[in-house]
Amino acid sequence: MRIIGYVCAHAGYAAADLAGEQRLHYSADVTLIQVPCLGRVDVTHLLRAFREGADAVFVAGCLEGNCHHHYGNFEAKKKVAQGKRILNDLGLGSERLEMFNVASNQAWLFKEVVDEMTARATRLAPNPLGARN
Amino acid sequence: MIVGEQKPLNEIVAMLDGHHRILISGCRSCVAICLAGGEKEVGVLAESLRLHSALKGKGWEVRENTVERQCEKEWVRELSPLVKETDVVLSIACGVGAQTIQSLYPDTRVLPGLNTSNMGAPDEPGVFKEKCGGCGDCVLHLTGGICPIVRCAKSLLNGPCGGSQNGKCEIGNDTPCAWEEIYQSLKRLGRLDLIERNIPPKNWIPSRSGGPRRIIRPEAVLTKEQKEAKE
Amino acid sequence: MRAGSALEKALAKGRFAVTAEIGPPMSASADGIRERARMMKGYADAYNLTDNQTAMSRMSSIACAVVLMHEGLEPVVQMTCRDRNRIAMQSDILGASALGVRNVLCLSGDHQSFGNQKEAKNVYDIDSIQLLMVLHKMRDQGRLWNDDELEVAPKLFLGAAANPFADPFEFRVTRLAKKIEAGADFIQTQGIYDLERFERFMTMVRERGLHERVSILAGVLPLKSHKVALYMKNKVSGMSVPDEVIERMRKASDPKAEGIRMCVETIERLREIEGVRGVHIMAPMWEEKVPEIVERAGLRVD
Repeated sequence: MRIIGYVCAHAGYAAADLAGEQRLHYSADVTLIQVPCLGRVDVTHLLRAFREGADAVFVAGCLEGNCHHHYGNFEAKKKVAQGKRILNDLGLGSERLEMFNVASNQAWLFKEVVDEMTARATRLAPNPLGARN
Repeated sequence: MIVGEQKPLNEIVAMLDGHHRILISGCRSCVAICLAGGEKEVGVLAESLRLHSALKGKGWEVRENTVERQCEKEWVRELSPLVKETDVVLSIACGVGAQTIQSLYPDTRVLPGLNTSNMGAPDEPGVFKEKCGGCGDCVLHLTGGICPIVRCAKSLLNGPCGGSQNGKCEIGNDTPCAWEEIYQSLKRLGRLDLIERNIPPKNWIPSRSGGPRRIIRPEAVLTKEQKEAKE
Repeated sequence: MRAGSALEKALAKGRFAVTAEIGPPMSASADGIRERARMMKGYADAYNLTDNQTAMSRMSSIACAVVLMHEGLEPVVQMTCRDRNRIAMQSDILGASALGVRNVLCLSGDHQSFGNQKEAKNVYDIDSIQLLMVLHKMRDQGRLWNDDELEVAPKLFLGAAANPFADPFEFRVTRLAKKIEAGADFIQTQGIYDLERFERFMTMVRERGLHERVSILAGVLPLKSHKVALYMKNKVSGMSVPDEVIERMRKASDPKAEGIRMCVETIERLREIEGVRGVHIMAPMWEEKVPEIVERAGLRVD
């Protein structure tokens, strides 16, 4: 199983880091891709992850109203919505892609995000392109 | 500007049936501004089609390109090396762009990835509304700057009709009544006199009704000598 | 006399005129129309035949008018601008006039998105005021709009609609003046429930002397039920239904009887308003009530 997580430096990645420090176990199948702000994430990045074989992709960043760069998380939310529509059209299923908001000190919430996406990836059929890699 | 929207993905996929080497061509002008066919949109569509191809084992080769203005031959000519290596061109510029590509590359099939809709502008980011009816005989000076041909659902020139209520058109969808807007605009401008008189039936010859339109700027038409010199 | 129609004559005599509406059927058979015509005969000076109302294809207004004339009733042909261009309209009117039609009501027409064939392309070559101008020229100058001479000019009594309940309110009276300017001889209004607003409208009409230049027939529409009243209030554009009316229908033990009673009361109040020269009764799917309404309001024509 492969899960990709796009995380922003200020919140998503910080929370993941803290989870590590606090020895909160989360799936080893997760690969994190750090971006300075979620606003940097494009729809093409989300789709590319699936083409590379990801079974599930999540985007995690600052709480709404708290984006370090003002509106990056809102922009990401819209792009995730667009990505979901495309995944639906392509028959992969919109559930594989999700947007989450976490604060930098919410390590427990980060673990929950990973658990949730792992559960979804388990429940849905594996990405047919996963075998390639 | 010209406003359009990409066709649904499954419609585009169906159109591409039987083709393998695909060139998606966008435009940096109108369709980029209405976020339908610019460079970014070309990128997203390309990724979507590549993902579809991978999932269905279609073996598609998808390439991307965006020209400055797809309606002008000078820029569309730049596509030549790319078109040589492709089976089909999927244009996501407006219908004018798609036709320009087809006319320059008559041996390569060109598909329209965009549904060209209207001449309009964004009232707010992301919300594009139809503004101009392209009737060829503008009457904005008589209607306080609001086009009655296309902003009124019935193209009335002596509106409003009896369906106008609370400033909204009877067709619903929160559509504003253009004649309410015209009335308020002329009131503000102190020119209600303009709608107190009846406007007679419109001459539709300059519009689509009169046949495919052609406008010539004689000062720009090349003389025989100039044409020969170009060759 | 412009056309010499029964409606025109009744108004010229100063009688409180009555017109009623008949809805053409979605059928190639005229039997239904004939039946209703026979049922309503003698209760109105003229009968309006709607033109593809709510943008649904029905038997044409002119065809129904011919059926009515065979039964001895006088028709008012309605013509909307949605489905025909000026060429077709002038042509239809020449035919209608030749067949004996003398009253024509010019309307913009409900947008086709209301109907059952929303995908159709609409026409709207001219609007209702321009249609009045065109027909007026045919009648008074004996010419088509482009000045071509007609061998024989049509005889027409021209009508238009007025809606005192649409917006902007201040402009509605100006629009009425524009219709008179364009050639309207008579006006039929939208169904009235809000008498206060209608009275304000008529005050403005009288201030400009418009009531003397055109014959205004006030529209009434009997309500069948509380549900219908709510539908009129919320879903029909250009209608004003006061809460008291909704309440009366809700509380009524026999809503249908209450609806008829309210309609008759409205007619009685409208007769008192200076400038109102008649009443236009619209009872879609309920035309059988028109004779009763006319009788109870004391308006029997013959």
